[in-house]
Amino acid sequence: MFSGFMVTAWEAATIVAVVAGVVGFFTVLRGSAFAAHALPNGAFAGAAGASLIGVNVIVGLGVFALLGALTIGGLGRRARQDVATALAIVMMLGLGALFLSMTTEYAPEIYSLLFGEVLGVSGSELLPTAVIGMVCIAVVFVLYRPLLLSSIMPDAAEARGVNGRRMDLAFLVVIALATTMAVPVVGSLLIFSLLIGPPAAARSFTSKPLHAMGLSVALALGTVWAAVALSFATNLPIGFFVGAISACSYAAGRSWVAWRRTRPVTKISRTGLLRA
Amino acid sequence: MEFQADADLPPILTVEGVNVWLSGRQILHDVNFRIEAGEFTGLIGSNGAGKTTLLRVILGLESPTSGRVLVGGRPRSPRNPLIGYVPQKILLDPDMPLRARDLVALGLDGHRFGLPRRSTAQKVLIDEMIDAVDATSFADARVGILSGGEQQRVLIAHALISRPRLLLLDEPLANLDIRSEQEVVELVARIASEQQIAVLISAHDMNPLLPVMDRVIYVAAGRVASGTTEEVVTTEALSELYGHHVDVVQINERILVVAGRETAAHHDHSDSRAE
Ligand SMILES: Nc1ncnc2c1ncn2[C@@H]1O[C@H](COP(=O)(O)OP(=O)(O)OP(=O)(O)O)[C@@H](O)[C@H]1O
Ligand SMILES: [Mg+2]
Repeated sequence: MFSGFMVTAWEAATIVAVVAGVVGFFTVLRGSAFAAHALPNGAFAGAAGASLIGVNVIVGLGVFALLGALTIGGLGRRARQDVATALAIVMMLGLGALFLSMTTEYAPEIYSLLFGEVLGVSGSELLPTAVIGMVCIAVVFVLYRPLLLSSIMPDAAEARGVNGRRMDLAFLVVIALATTMAVPVVGSLLIFSLLIGPPAAARSFTSKPLHAMGLSVALALGTVWAAVALSFATNLPIGFFVGAISACSYAAGRSWVAWRRTRPVTKISRTGLLRA
Repeated sequence: MEFQADADLPPILTVEGVNVWLSGRQILHDVNFRIEAGEFTGLIGSNGAGKTTLLRVILGLESPTSGRVLVGGRPRSPRNPLIGYVPQKILLDPDMPLRARDLVALGLDGHRFGLPRRSTAQKVLIDEMIDAVDATSFADARVGILSGGEQQRVLIAHALISRPRLLLLDEPLANLDIRSEQEVVELVARIASEQQIAVLISAHDMNPLLPVMDRVIYVAAGRVASGTTEEVVTTEALSELYGHHVDVVQINERILVVAGRETAAHHDHSDSRAE
């Protein structure tokens, strides 16, 4: 399982995990989970449309994810962001239903985008996947402090020249890009779990923001590697394992917090790590 | 605490003829006042009077329909380093992986790009600021689990670490018990006088601020009266501001502003209410 075309699968899964860990940290922190759910699902509709007109599905994914991000960001200025997100996902899924009803031949390939396919990324797609992933990580690193500040105290951030709307929009575009590259590997229904599970679990174990981001990457890597191996061994969809392992690591994090809560302070917590 | 204005310095804040309309309603009416460098000013008014709106105008988050705001004698620039701000509420959950220390550090460089790499000098500064607000004992705890009073102290450190000349605090005493109220007021007053920082602090009750306040800006339905407490908080001045009769009564060194009727005979029927 480490030879030939499987190498591509491992590489793609690794890129996806690193990006999901980094982007997911802010997805949880900013409460953008709903957008992280809506964008890949809407992007799926784009893939269906692309296959209908004979274009590479990645292009369809990307175009729809970006359109979705701009819609949510644009509408979110007037309406509540969750309402805007709901409207965007409904519009895109409606189109998706239409596209799917018109395609018959390529349906199996499209459905694999829902739940993921270990071999979903071909060798030639590895480079674009890596490039999109690097862009996502670079943007998050560059905007790290303004994103943090504007999520906690939007007015104070605004008064210091951090434009909240631009931060929202920039981060939505990052989620759109991250999901575009991740959907073929883990599936559009379950990339969401990878963006939420590891970061949500990580915040249970450390109170330092950068450590939480690092741990989130580590947990996402563990999740995805285990999922690839298990999917390969059992021939079950990788998305199932990603979802299940993410949920388990989150449960483990919560149990750890619950257990720690009422304990007296120990030596480890003096470092700031593991402090509830 | 009597304050002597330095004649050489321009007022740190000048608000001239500011009118604000929002969604077709006039929220602020011809607001005029000045705050001198180092002065401690209370912004007093009941719910909905317009305190937050006035602070937002000063911060540049809301532009006035007419009138102007000068900071340090000049029109305010976006990202004004002269102003520090403590918002009325912050958005975070108890699990958020963010320590009190991290929030203070964001006051130093939260608007900058890139991952934080703070120098030893900056780390020392952060520690000193945390110490100055007596937050050392919980500096490594998550901000989300801190009590209201502890969070206020962290937010004050966040606002002060960039060395502003004017500190705006929006209702920092709301939700605090009397003891924490006093602690926060004393803390702000102490640091402000040590570092010559002017303070504009909004509150619906002026009493906790009376011992430290140099001046008061009283807001009622979008109109303001400013001056010393003796000038502004009088039955005559406040009745004029409110546009109907209010009584200013003093009980045990506490000042109560009571909405009422002119004759004492009617007092038991009136919906008297302390502000
Ligand atoms: N964006 C807005 N559009 C319309 N009206 C607004 C807007 N923002 C505030 N107001 C109104 O302006 C008035 C003053 O509000 P503001 O928040 O400034 O009061 P406040 O003195 O801070 O009250 P509180 O003590 O409750 O915080 C209120 O009546 C409010 O409804
Ligand atoms: Mg207010």
